[in-house]
Amino acid sequence: MERGTEIRASTVQALPFWKRKTFQTYLGQTLVFLIAFLGGIAFFVPFFWAVSSSVKLDSQLFVDPPIWIPNTIQLQNYPEALSAIPFARYYLNTAIITGTSMIGDVVVSTLVAYGFARMRFVGRDTLFMVLLATMMLPMQVTMIPQFIIYRSLGWINTFLPLIVPSFFGSAFYIFLLRQFFLGIPLDLEDAARIDGASSLHVLWYVFVPLSLTAMATVAIFSFMQHWQDFFLPLIYLNSNDMKTVSLGLQMFRSDFSTDWNHMMAASVMATIPPLLLFFFAQRFFISGIVMTGLKE
Amino acid sequence: MKKVLRANLEGYLFIMPWLIGLVCLTIGPMLLSLYMSLTEWDLFSPPRFVGLGNYQKLIFGDPLFWKSLGNTVYYVGGRVPVVIILALVVAVLLNQRIPLRNFLRTAYYLPTVTPEVAMFVLWVWMFDPGNGIINDLLALVGIKPGPEWLGSSDWAMPALIIVATWSIGSVMVIFLAGLQGVPQHLYEAAELDGAGAWHKVRHVTLPLITPVIFFNLIMGIIGAFQMFTKAFVMTNGGPANATLMYVLYLYDQAFLWFRMGYGSALAWILFAILFILTFIMFRRSQWVYYEGRGR
Repeated sequence: MERGTEIRASTVQALPFWKRKTFQTYLGQTLVFLIAFLGGIAFFVPFFWAVSSSVKLDSQLFVDPPIWIPNTIQLQNYPEALSAIPFARYYLNTAIITGTSMIGDVVVSTLVAYGFARMRFVGRDTLFMVLLATMMLPMQVTMIPQFIIYRSLGWINTFLPLIVPSFFGSAFYIFLLRQFFLGIPLDLEDAARIDGASSLHVLWYVFVPLSLTAMATVAIFSFMQHWQDFFLPLIYLNSNDMKTVSLGLQMFRSDFSTDWNHMMAASVMATIPPLLLFFFAQRFFISGIVMTGLKE
Repeated sequence: MKKVLRANLEGYLFIMPWLIGLVCLTIGPMLLSLYMSLTEWDLFSPPRFVGLGNYQKLIFGDPLFWKSLGNTVYYVGGRVPVVIILALVVAVLLNQRIPLRNFLRTAYYLPTVTPEVAMFVLWVWMFDPGNGIINDLLALVGIKPGPEWLGSSDWAMPALIIVATWSIGSVMVIFLAGLQGVPQHLYEAAELDGAGAWHKVRHVTLPLITPVIFFNLIMGIIGAFQMFTKAFVMTNGGPANATLMYVLYLYDQAFLWFRMGYGSALAWILFAILFILTFIMFRRSQWVYYEGRGR
């Protein structure tokens, strides 16, 4: 035994350093890091350009060669952007829509996903296939009639068409949560059932604590979706004080010119909430998505 | 017997919100939209039934329909493979233990969280032939003068596809999640057999995440067919309709010119195309490997 290790050790010694396993692993890791790092820079450039433009003077915007880091920092572009267009108002609107829809998405999708994952009822599997099929349905097919229905309810120019659908559950989120729930051992549930717990109790005391990562994932996806949305606000919100950030950004543009530095300042401010959310939550975010057993 | 009834009742109670949504927000509107596609309706006067007239006009008498469909197929064909391959490569790289991993993941995700409108307007500027940094960079490597990009009917669509390359964030995250589902012991076994890094990726990682690739492929194609905001913000369909996307045309018909019937017919043709495409892809999905059920 001892001899064996000795021989192995000496053969390793005999190899030139570039053939040694540790060196090769190290080289590989460095290469991977370099490629990932260079690509990362390429992905970072547009945002960097946005930040840099947001603190420039008008006269520094279109110069050749371009200025990457301006020598004076025009921080007043930020408060100016907030007041130029009622942008503070648009943040508030966007926050209200995003927050409310997120609650709907998380709560309702959790309930429905639990039903699909753990309840036994007639037609369950067929209905789940229908759910998967609706994920593939292009929204344009239902969009025009939905518009007409909301219009007849007097919901145009209110937040309701953007919020209410979340309270009927979203197919993709139900799917993600169900996949996660399927991985929770049956024994845990049975133990609780023997103690006489109701389904809602089991969901709340067994499933929810174990599924916080998956629920966080749904919350983040939902946040990104509603915070970013452009199409639905474009169709449903047309009075000036009801607009969202996405629509408001368009107002820095006219047919002939764009107020670049203020627009970029407003964009940077709009990027910060989702950016922080992703940076700090990415660990849950990624482990909360279960893609194994897609076909079950 | 009573127990079974109770279980059924409880199950339906849990999925009730979705079921109501399915009827009121999906199936109902679908039927309504199917009926509307057989009418002419401007929202102000009552709808007039025209049978298959809208479809006939679209297919035989509307060159813009074919133009927008062709543009969309071009975009989907360019975008989907690029995004899937790039997102997969980046996910595999960022799944290794490398320094600054969390920062790098965030950097790749950054364009996905920047408001789309801002991102797209920024790209318009970067693509500007005179003031934009892209042609500045091209000039550095000797390509002078660079293309006209969004001003040229040949280069506008490639420009939109390049922009799409920057939004791999969500696809990457789903791949990263899939990679975490690959059991560690398979890599160890491969290492014992003397497999190098490339072999491990090729013979362990790739086969095991084919279901995730398939998922991203289907959702990617469906999503790319519905591209709207990018064209709306960056080109509004121009120049000379070179970037008139299918859904942009649909939006113009329905919400700009209030041709609700014509717009609905466009929506149903899109649905039919996507349905057939998805069906074919499922039929041809033998390359997808599902663990625990053999081949």
